[in-house]
Amino acid sequence: MKKETIAAISTGMSNSGIGIVRISGDEAFEVADRVYRGKHKLSQCGTHTIQYGYIWDNKEVIDQVLVMVMKAPHTFTGEDTIEIDCHGGTFVVRRVLEAVLKNGARPAEPGEFTKRAFLNGKMDLSQAEAVIDVITSQNDYALKSSISQLKGSLKNRINDIRKRIIYHTAYIESALDDPEHISLEGYADQLRKDALSITDEIGHLIDSADDGRIMKEGIQTVIIGKPNAGKSSLLNVLTGYDRAIVTDIEGTTRDVLEEQISLHGLNLNIIDTAGIRETDDIIERMGVDKAEQYAENADLLICVVDASRQLDENDDRILQFTFHKKSIILLNKTDLEMAVNVEEIVNKLITLWKTRENSINSGKMPEIPVIMISAKEEKGIREFEDKVKELFLHGDISFNDEVFITNARQKSDLKDAMDSMKKVLKSIDDGMPEDFYSIDLMDAYEALGRITGEAVGEDLINEIFSRFCMGK
Amino acid sequence: MKYSAGSVWENKDKYDIAVVGAGHAGCEAALAAARLGFKTIMFTVSVDSIAMMPCNPNIGGTSKGHLVREIDALGGEMGKVIDRTFIQSKMLNRSKGPAVHSLRAQADKSDYNRAMRQVLEGQENLDIRQMEITDILTEDGHVTGVQAYSGAIYRCRAIVLCTGTYLKARCIYGDVSTYTGPNGLQSANHLTDSLKALGIRMYRFKTGTPARIDRNSIDFTKMEEQKGDERVVPFSFTTDPEKVQIDQVSCWLTYTNEKTHEIIRANLDRSPLFSGAIEGTGPRYCPSIEDKVVKFPDKDRHQVFIEPEGIHTNEMYVGGMSSSLPEDVQYAMYRSVPGLEHAKIVRNAYAIEYDCIDARQLKSTLEFKNIEGLFSGGQFNGSSGYEEAAAQGLLAGINAARKLQGKEGIVIDRSQGYIGVLIDDLVTKESHEPYRMMTSRAEYRLLLRQDNADIRLTPLGHEIGLIDDERYKRLLKKEKMIEEEINRVSHVNVGTSDKVQKLLESCGSTPLNSGTTLAELIRRPELSYEKLAEIDEKRPELPLDVIEQVDINIKYDGYIKRQMRQVEQFKKMESRKIPNNIDYDKIESLRIEARQKLKEIRPLSIGQASRISGVSPADVSVLLVYLKQ
Repeated sequence: MKKETIAAISTGMSNSGIGIVRISGDEAFEVADRVYRGKHKLSQCGTHTIQYGYIWDNKEVIDQVLVMVMKAPHTFTGEDTIEIDCHGGTFVVRRVLEAVLKNGARPAEPGEFTKRAFLNGKMDLSQAEAVIDVITSQNDYALKSSISQLKGSLKNRINDIRKRIIYHTAYIESALDDPEHISLEGYADQLRKDALSITDEIGHLIDSADDGRIMKEGIQTVIIGKPNAGKSSLLNVLTGYDRAIVTDIEGTTRDVLEEQISLHGLNLNIIDTAGIRETDDIIERMGVDKAEQYAENADLLICVVDASRQLDENDDRILQFTFHKKSIILLNKTDLEMAVNVEEIVNKLITLWKTRENSINSGKMPEIPVIMISAKEEKGIREFEDKVKELFLHGDISFNDEVFITNARQKSDLKDAMDSMKKVLKSIDDGMPEDFYSIDLMDAYEALGRITGEAVGEDLINEIFSRFCMGK
Repeated sequence: MKYSAGSVWENKDKYDIAVVGAGHAGCEAALAAARLGFKTIMFTVSVDSIAMMPCNPNIGGTSKGHLVREIDALGGEMGKVIDRTFIQSKMLNRSKGPAVHSLRAQADKSDYNRAMRQVLEGQENLDIRQMEITDILTEDGHVTGVQAYSGAIYRCRAIVLCTGTYLKARCIYGDVSTYTGPNGLQSANHLTDSLKALGIRMYRFKTGTPARIDRNSIDFTKMEEQKGDERVVPFSFTTDPEKVQIDQVSCWLTYTNEKTHEIIRANLDRSPLFSGAIEGTGPRYCPSIEDKVVKFPDKDRHQVFIEPEGIHTNEMYVGGMSSSLPEDVQYAMYRSVPGLEHAKIVRNAYAIEYDCIDARQLKSTLEFKNIEGLFSGGQFNGSSGYEEAAAQGLLAGINAARKLQGKEGIVIDRSQGYIGVLIDDLVTKESHEPYRMMTSRAEYRLLLRQDNADIRLTPLGHEIGLIDDERYKRLLKKEKMIEEEINRVSHVNVGTSDKVQKLLESCGSTPLNSGTTLAELIRRPELSYEKLAEIDEKRPELPLDVIEQVDINIKYDGYIKRQMRQVEQFKKMESRKIPNNIDYDKIESLRIEARQKLKEIRPLSIGQASRISGVSPADVSVLLVYLKQ
């Protein structure tokens, strides 16, 4: 099977003026030779050398370039690879690519270089996914997390968990295979303890999946509040320019507005919603419904309360949303005479918590920060920003050495592993015989192996023999 | 006398199938071939060593017991013979789940091989011949006969090689080494060369056996007595359970100690294993005592089982202390064990090296990929154990016969039986040591229980022709009873009457809040079908084996269904066939290692490909992508 030759600009398009066009595939050298003029033909140059020359399109010189010549298999993709280092600015980089495409390469699909690298055995699945994340990540934190995944810290974390699982499985199995030498007396208790801790750890990784998504895709932030509470003004302050129509007439924002801002390196996708209130106006009603819908799906709710007006039942309805989400309540318009203060809001929340539906299972009320701001005078904004950072970058996440799951496949494998571990715990609690534990333990082991792309193979047998003294 | 070239004598008896070797694999292979109607000749270097048990004096054990049950379900002989010749029997792992219950019987060794020999001698179509086979004769890539050491040629259309540990065998202890097979028997020194000339890759494996000690020299008062089960369960589904309730003999348990370990450590340099005099690879699961002491230095004692070799002998097998240390060290070492202070060694421990094949040269039918009509089974294929050998011998014999019948070979897959797991592992995975069956190797072991081997495999045995109609009909009747009873208890409602609550309480089970079915109650871990007899008034009278199936199927229903779903997944991958003519060199994205392995093994399906060591999941996805194009 011949590998089609593909090409793409492999650096992000920026205005720096430098860009690399990468060509990979069986005919990478031939294609490159059709557009390159230098001292030697590239196909005749040694591997891993840098050549200096010109890129031509028909009879026209496009750019003066350095070309990296790399022969398979020691390349990123594992195929013959050419990288053309262009210096003539964005436009020129594009023209170089066009010339290459005219001469026998086809445009690479997003992530195709990585896919080939994976298929050629150059990286495991989690590394390949991390590379794609690097390519598409939108901010610093996401990038850092992708890089640490690439280095294998995800792999290490998962391998640690797998090691613990395989140890237990091997212990059980060796006892089953050699019951006269190895006893399982009292083993269930010991396994239970460890299974709980393994479950916790997997849970932690799953949580990080959400953090990972948040870092990569941004925090879905929804601003809710009564009409004319100052939601749009807040959005404008945060984004720095007038985007939402801000008037003194209630209900101006009938639809939702979305804006992306960067805060301490975190992306916030902010959605400004129509004010929530009981209304007969059909169009406004639709806006309100949509607002409530957005609030349901948000990562972060910003609930804006007008400090200059008394709390009413519309505020009650809005405040109740804060129980289910990470939320910040902003007491806006503190530049005006205040009709309501922080304490009143907190008391209101407590009342609402106690009287809410399904209050039979009432637990502790979540702590919801209330911050006084003035969107108009841009006061309290810094405090708000710090609070956001605190909520999402809480103490137990540090960006240098933590592992984040940023990908849906990985998350679903983690969930499978978690389910299997829960089944182990259930089997223990139900008093099932020990051989049942190892079935689910192996399932968990396999699910985790899917993340790092490792098959089970002879792992169990090898573990049994290396750890436990068996047999006649 | 050797016949000179040009004057070779040819036997004119026109055999269909020749079986080389008369150990546990050879016996099953020869019986299967003859029973399927083919004129069969079985060669052995010594007729006196037919079905000999040169190592441990027992049949079965964890996962091996499953194999014996499966052999029996398919119409093999091992289970029937051990049921007639055992002297103690135990169901291992009784406290664990039904999937890992395993039967193990101590055999009277000489009774066992005598009984098996009688079966062979009474078998129509089967001739026994004492003769060493030295050459496999082929023409255009298929077999035409075998040649004996005498030079005589025996023509046949298919061959089953079951040479066990006899090929170029060498027994070693200390610096003593003899070129003999097990127990000092004659080895077979010529066949290897013929096989190599046919292009067959050979390995050299090693195994070992402990000493046999005179019972009169043992002080049993210093040991723990190990009795057999009170109620013995037979191996064979055809054996009347009442017939196996015999007076049993005991085994004995004692332990090594620091002194034993010191003796071993002090003499390690005299062990051929550590000095390099042994080149073969030994099995990790039955390490010699010196291996154990070196590998697990933290263990201050190892178990030693003293097992009788039979009723008519004083020899006792010292399980757990196989060794290849010199004679004087063996005396010192054994005599350091409590109860063995005055032990008299009858036969000393030794290691044995032998030639075997890399079984990846075989198809799943146990026929050589490159030599038509040549089959093989047993330790020759790189396995270990009597039961593993018998299982392969049976399948190799069946498939040799089917080849001549012009029928497709029988392949038991991993979801059908331990035999399937065993053979698939052997022909697919790289192995550097003799392969032993283990329950952990069976992915779907909840389905592959020893108690349901008949349900799983007897229909296949009937189709093959080794199970008669009567036995098959009995099975169908049993299945029907099981089904009806499961159906019945699933529909019997149980109220909250005093009687019910009292029964639950007496079993330590929570009383009922509202009515439920009998089946639901059976699912509770502390309850069972039998415990609920009192509150099940319309219960029919059923045989014990039916009750057992009802109980297990209801109790573990959730787990069983889960495994059945996994089996579906597995079958999907198995059914993705890889075309015979695939050219792996054309799939460029395959890693070189994977390409080599795939070319070598030529897996039948994506499923089998994924189990090859050296083929990664990424390679499998490359293969899938390629096949889709």
